[in-house]
Amino acid sequence: MADQRQAVARPLSPHLQIYRFTITMAMSIIHRITGVGLYAGSALLAWWLIAAATGPEAYATFQAAAGHWFGQLVLIGYTWALLHHLFGGIRYLLWDEIVATSPKSADIISWLATVAGILGTVLVWAVVFSMRGVI
Amino acid sequence: MSASKNDMRTPFGRVLGMGSAKSGTRDHIRQRVTALAMVPLFLFFVGLLVGLTGADYETARSWLGNPLVAIAALLLIGAAIMHMRIGMQIVIEDYVTGPALRTLSLIANTFFAYAAGIACIYAVAKIGFSA
Repeated sequence: MADQRQAVARPLSPHLQIYRFTITMAMSIIHRITGVGLYAGSALLAWWLIAAATGPEAYATFQAAAGHWFGQLVLIGYTWALLHHLFGGIRYLLWDEIVATSPKSADIISWLATVAGILGTVLVWAVVFSMRGVI
Repeated sequence: MSASKNDMRTPFGRVLGMGSAKSGTRDHIRQRVTALAMVPLFLFFVGLLVGLTGADYETARSWLGNPLVAIAALLLIGAAIMHMRIGMQIVIEDYVTGPALRTLSLIANTFFAYAAGIACIYAVAKIGFSA
């Protein structure tokens, strides 16, 4: 069996460290990492909804955790992961339709998605902090 | 059924000789369709959550109890759960080797996705029906 498998000329791929840095490569890796982060973060979303469904005490517990500096850090990270994954994901939808597939356009929309994710996060939290009267 | 050098099928697949099950692109398409659905839904909910900044329990409940918000939330939960289950399955299939750990990870992924999804749906429904 093993010998037979080796007889088939399957395509081989060099590993990560062979490649030079490109934004599309970095985005591919970050897309995965943010996806896994959002997966874990869905438990927080479930917590929020269950707390709201349970009652005022449960909701107060959630709000205390979310208002803690570490909770805020997690929420800011979650916002960025979500927006980055969202804008990065739109690139895949474009590429599926054979839009912006040349190396140059692929780089441009990858940078655009990166900037949009960061700007979006800053915008969201600027509004949040200004509503609270912090800034 | 030629076993040429360019044949990408496994020996087992060649022996079976059944061709494709015609469902190989199902997850790929689902991942795209759920992604497309979530773009407007998530932008709406980021805005909603920002609007709930500093809001008390009653306000949060009344917003979530609004039928349109609740329906949008249920659509988002359904799409998100399907999307994240497929995404995590791909990650597991790529990195987790060893048949037992791989199978267990895939099952755990399914369990987590359904548990989180049902919990969210139940919570939204409870708030909606008691509003």
